[in-house]
Amino acid sequence: MKLDSKIPEGPLAEKWNKHKFSVKLVNPANKRKYDIIVVGTGLAGASAAASLAELGYNVEAFTYHDSPRRAHSIAAQGGINAAKNYQNDGDSIYRLFYDTIKGGDYRAREGNVFRLAEVSVNIIDQCVAQGVPFAREYGGLLSNRSFGGAQVSRTFYARGQTGQQLLLGAYSSLSRQVATGKVKMYTRTEVMDIVLVDGQARGVVTRNLITGKIESHAAHAVLLCTGGYGNVFYLSTNALNCNASATWRAHKKGALFANPCFTQIHPTCIPVSGEYQSKLTLMSESLRNDGRVWVPKKGGDTRRAEDIPEAERDYFLERRYPAFGNLVPRDVASRNAKYVCDEGRGVGDTKLAVYLDFADAIRRDGLNVISAKYGNLFEMYEKITGEDPYKTAMRIYPAVHYTMGGLWVDYNLMTTIPGLYALGEANFSDHGANRLGASALMQGLADGYFVIPYTIGDYLAVMPWDKVSTDRPEFREAEASVHGMVNRLLTIKGEKSPNQIHKELGKIIWDYCGMSRNAEGLKDARQRVRSLQDEFWNNLKMVGTGDELNHTLEKASRVADYLELGELMIVDALNRDESCGGHFREEFQTEDGEALRDDANYAYVAAWAYKGAGKDSELHKEDLVFENVKLTQRSYK
Amino acid sequence: MKLKLRIWRQKDANSKGKLVDYDVDVNSHMSFLEMLDELNEQLVEKGEEPVAFDHDCREGICGTCNLYINGRPHGPVRTTTCQLHMRHFNEGETIVIEPFRAKSFPIVKDLIIDRSSFDRIVQAGGYISVNTGSARDANETLIPKPIADEAFNSAACIACGACVAACKNASAMLFVGAQISKFALLPQGKAERKTRAEKMVAQMDAEGFGACSNIGACSAECPKEISMANIARMNREYFGAKLTSTNL
Repeated sequence: MKLDSKIPEGPLAEKWNKHKFSVKLVNPANKRKYDIIVVGTGLAGASAAASLAELGYNVEAFTYHDSPRRAHSIAAQGGINAAKNYQNDGDSIYRLFYDTIKGGDYRAREGNVFRLAEVSVNIIDQCVAQGVPFAREYGGLLSNRSFGGAQVSRTFYARGQTGQQLLLGAYSSLSRQVATGKVKMYTRTEVMDIVLVDGQARGVVTRNLITGKIESHAAHAVLLCTGGYGNVFYLSTNALNCNASATWRAHKKGALFANPCFTQIHPTCIPVSGEYQSKLTLMSESLRNDGRVWVPKKGGDTRRAEDIPEAERDYFLERRYPAFGNLVPRDVASRNAKYVCDEGRGVGDTKLAVYLDFADAIRRDGLNVISAKYGNLFEMYEKITGEDPYKTAMRIYPAVHYTMGGLWVDYNLMTTIPGLYALGEANFSDHGANRLGASALMQGLADGYFVIPYTIGDYLAVMPWDKVSTDRPEFREAEASVHGMVNRLLTIKGEKSPNQIHKELGKIIWDYCGMSRNAEGLKDARQRVRSLQDEFWNNLKMVGTGDELNHTLEKASRVADYLELGELMIVDALNRDESCGGHFREEFQTEDGEALRDDANYAYVAAWAYKGAGKDSELHKEDLVFENVKLTQRSYK
Repeated sequence: MKLKLRIWRQKDANSKGKLVDYDVDVNSHMSFLEMLDELNEQLVEKGEEPVAFDHDCREGICGTCNLYINGRPHGPVRTTTCQLHMRHFNEGETIVIEPFRAKSFPIVKDLIIDRSSFDRIVQAGGYISVNTGSARDANETLIPKPIADEAFNSAACIACGACVAACKNASAMLFVGAQISKFALLPQGKAERKTRAEKMVAQMDAEGFGACSNIGACSAECPKEISMANIARMNREYFGAKLTSTNL
């Protein structure tokens, strides 16, 4: 398969404008003849559903939550980037583009990233118009702060709850369209499969999570806005119900899955406390603006943080990266925390933690200033750990947070299945091998508000208006296969709960395909995941039936997909004989332990095709073309 | 720590429910929901139906979790259920776990309730009518910091429903007040303020929520500390709108 990214020709700064003019349009009166299915109601899904309905399309939106407002975008804390240059500190669209390409360790498409930087400014305007209460200065202007991987202040924020406020903005627009009838909202409804008719995505099969009823829905196009696959790791900062099933099932229907090994480990999370742990909690990266990261110089130092004198502390990020200090990108910060813990200098009971210390900031700015900036985060930390970060240094450790990989999409956000689109974290396109802080919200909203409303028209304009009936054999077969899977899961009479198997999978992936990887470990891990797949289908313990609310069944159906996706992550990590961004192969590093890329051989997107159960996936390469930036060793020193 | 759990079990919306006792032995560092996870793992192991409860982000922001613990929404600490930890309970204690109780929040199964009434109230008017792409530059709208902060305080509501569960009248006025306030405070929200207040209040009444009798339990139990001022502001918006309404 030849992968065509459809990046428009011409100078970088003109590509998007040119493309917007060259795509076909659907005339306003005809838009109402097209139905679009939107799966997921987070930032990407809610913004897309609302914007498409405003244009006049008929939208059916699906979420497994009880309300669209609960999607996990709501938990994003720190902020959203935009190249407004309101601070007069040298920001520009080009700089945001450059920072994002560099931050992604040169594994993202120039054209996509430039477009993202371009529309970033419109997002802020849109959100303010919706009533999003961004932080303000006393004169009434918008306030900004800085984030990792940038030397300008371009991050807009609403205390530590920016994702919540942006999602509520998109949710309000979505609610307005639900009221007009242009969006039909299905809550507590999980998408189980994608239906193709004549090779085009024409609908989905869903399961009503309360009654268990399996149903088909037809449309002219399907948008997957279903987030990432961080929960393959079992423990992550994702919400517990975040899952990869919609994207994975689309993959099995023919959509290529790109760069699955590009996963982001976030440096500032609350450390694991015990075996019973169900999820990890992130502390916003914004904390690194004022908090200083350190460990004791000597290993085995059991004194309390505040009792260790200055001279015996190692502020390892400031020492190794004087230019960016505590604000190095996430992958660099995480890896360095791992190094010092591997050296035996970790802190806390488990020794798998480093300090994030606010004592200096409180001395410098006063308690009130620090409390106004981070109060809710400090409170959250105290609630979870029982310790007061105003008095003692926080303990943090990296945790899985975001997945840069996802369904392969072209410049129009279309997957390799015609009519099937992927938006937001569900696609792979903009963050390369590492995402910069405050860029996930930007991308989700860029895709939903400002990209898909233009690009979908190009596809629909040449499509006949005729609706397909859900009585067609393609829908009937998809329903039968969903029924079959549900029954198959329910009839395994084994010993292990889906949760136990998920936990075992997570441990394998974290140990061998987490912060650092090597060929030997990956090969071993693949065998282990394969035997776990066998165990899952033979030794699963299930309760309840398929025609009722059954959380055990929901979990099992998602774990089945994690087991397959986990294997593909390993295969991809093994294929990529280089280190880049969040993908760190121990065999490929510079003398001082930084990621060593191999641009001659690996400056490509690895897009995998599903070839059937138990068969090896097939690799397709999309070569990355850099016409504007020079590929250099990423340095934050 | 050893505990006795007394949990509301109900097969589905139409069945009769009852309280069932379970003995558990848990770690005091666990979160409350991790304690229930553990119970559920044991139930599944025994081939019994696990206790169904709603939860998702487990960091206190999505508003999905909602348990009525020992007679209080979200339990003894002012936080969401997912942020409650077992260190707040004592060895040997009996913990009664029920769903949030209100006519407008019908029970779906066990501890899961249906809060779609909240979504319908928002659909009635909880938005600013601005289509994508029609916004002007963000800094052209000056919003003094105290006003932005106040709007944020109202917008921090997570729609968990604790206010309704805490209220003896099952009133939703704190929730609706917060939704109305976050727009009424901002210049962008002024254009539709009258219609918004009228429509949202009408929908709130249609959903069967009770009236407010100014006890303040809603605000006292709110995990996001939404203040009673939101109810006052909602009443002001509503009466103002009714007196000068152009909606006949």
